[in-house]
Amino acid sequence: MALLTCQDLALGYEGKKVVEDLSFSVDPGDYLCIVGENGSGKSTLIKTLLKLMPPVKGQILTGDGLKQNEIGYLPQQTEVQKDFPASVKEVVLSGCLNRSGLGPFYNQAEKRLAFANMEKLGIANLAKRCYRELSGGQQQRVLLARALCATRKLLLLDEPVAGLDPKATADMYQLIEKINANDGITVIMISHDIAAAAKYASHILHIGHQKPLFCGKKADYVASDLGKAFCLAKGEEA
Amino acid sequence: MIIEKLSLYFQFPFVRYALIVGVLISLSSSLLGVTLVLKRFSFIGDGLSHVAFGAIAIATILNLSNNMLLVVPVTVLCGILLLATGQHTKIKGDAAIALLSVGSLAIGYLLLNLFSASANLAGDVCATLFGSTAILTLTMTEVWLCIGMSLVVIAVFLLFYRQIFAVTFDETFAKATGIKANIYNLLIAVVIAVIIVLAMNLVGSLLISALVICPALSAMRVFKSFKSVTLCSVVISVVCTALGILIAILAGTPVGATIVAVDIATFGMFSIIGRLTGGRL
Repeated sequence: MALLTCQDLALGYEGKKVVEDLSFSVDPGDYLCIVGENGSGKSTLIKTLLKLMPPVKGQILTGDGLKQNEIGYLPQQTEVQKDFPASVKEVVLSGCLNRSGLGPFYNQAEKRLAFANMEKLGIANLAKRCYRELSGGQQQRVLLARALCATRKLLLLDEPVAGLDPKATADMYQLIEKINANDGITVIMISHDIAAAAKYASHILHIGHQKPLFCGKKADYVASDLGKAFCLAKGEEA
Repeated sequence: MIIEKLSLYFQFPFVRYALIVGVLISLSSSLLGVTLVLKRFSFIGDGLSHVAFGAIAIATILNLSNNMLLVVPVTVLCGILLLATGQHTKIKGDAAIALLSVGSLAIGYLLLNLFSASANLAGDVCATLFGSTAILTLTMTEVWLCIGMSLVVIAVFLLFYRQIFAVTFDETFAKATGIKANIYNLLIAVVIAVIIVLAMNLVGSLLISALVICPALSAMRVFKSFKSVTLCSVVISVVCTALGILIAILAGTPVGATIVAVDIATFGMFSIIGRLTGGRL
């Protein structure tokens, strides 16, 4: 059964549609990459999937007993975080909150989970450091570790490599691939890096002006005229 | 000499009350300072305290026996309006605070001018705005009210410490992963409104921002984790207030203004310490 199914979805703000006619489903273990130009509605789609905003039309069905507190999310960084005094450990632990009860402390199991995720992403040695003093790549890893603490099934990533240098970008993609392949966590990622999407994802959703241009398996996308055109254009840019 | 003078003063119950209430209020007001600074709501203390001023003016005119009954609900309501709906309104954070603050200050003063029977209107207004000696004239009921409300604030903060961190650091993430962020925003708004009404007794309406913001800012100069910043700002706040009250008693200066002066001096000191240590703590 599909983890997430979108039926005839239209998205937008205050009744104004940004994109419509979206119908697709995500199966457990998929790695879906959503690509498209700026302003095509990628972020709006993620926010709607996360139930942060209601769809204008259509519906999102969750399968497999997926609950809101089983989803991990890697948002784009906010202004507030740039001068927020928080240690890496505190930030990663805050991802455990949705599985935790009340009270001022995290329990041992949650602390172990946070530490395991920091180890997995190679940031365990930064645990006591201040989040705002880290490099961009390190900060993204911290937020990814937090997202891993929050998720049990599904991980949504909003431009995870924005602003990273090529080395950090490659590392980030490899980490995400590993999480998807080894831990069996379903990944939905927004990117405008089509070349990377074609390399790592299993499925691709390409949103064009106001409507989806392609949705399906990566192999079909790469073989399609659209995929060829975009991969070629990207190749020339590089 | 100084000790003799102090022990003489401490024989008066009102001096002891002032110290107890002062320490408790400064403790609870410093707790949420970090959150407010980071949420870009540094001026909410100013805004809400002016709302409280307006409410006090109305209560005075209506001759209410206990004006807290009007002041607390009105301030809490405005706090909710400002903080809990802050992200999606047409008038954004700072503008909304400015509007509310100036508006209620003006209306409060206008009403007092039109209807007040007091012979010393300027003195009354000055006392409400600057706190003057209010903390030295507390009644037993007010002392217990302050103690009770401070304890509630501290308990709420301790109980929801992790949620407050999560909502402050990244509201979107919290919401997306199933945390009821709106409820916690509401909670923060209510708590901060209660704190401001409490703190008005101590430093008066004008200086509340300093009491809420200064300790947090000082602590953020030196410390780098949320826990250490919070703990440090509590300590700074309590020490500065106690010191301020003692200095005010000994030197005969206005209590509120003295406390804030000590807070500002501490901020300067911590800025220098932050520079010297390069933020290694």
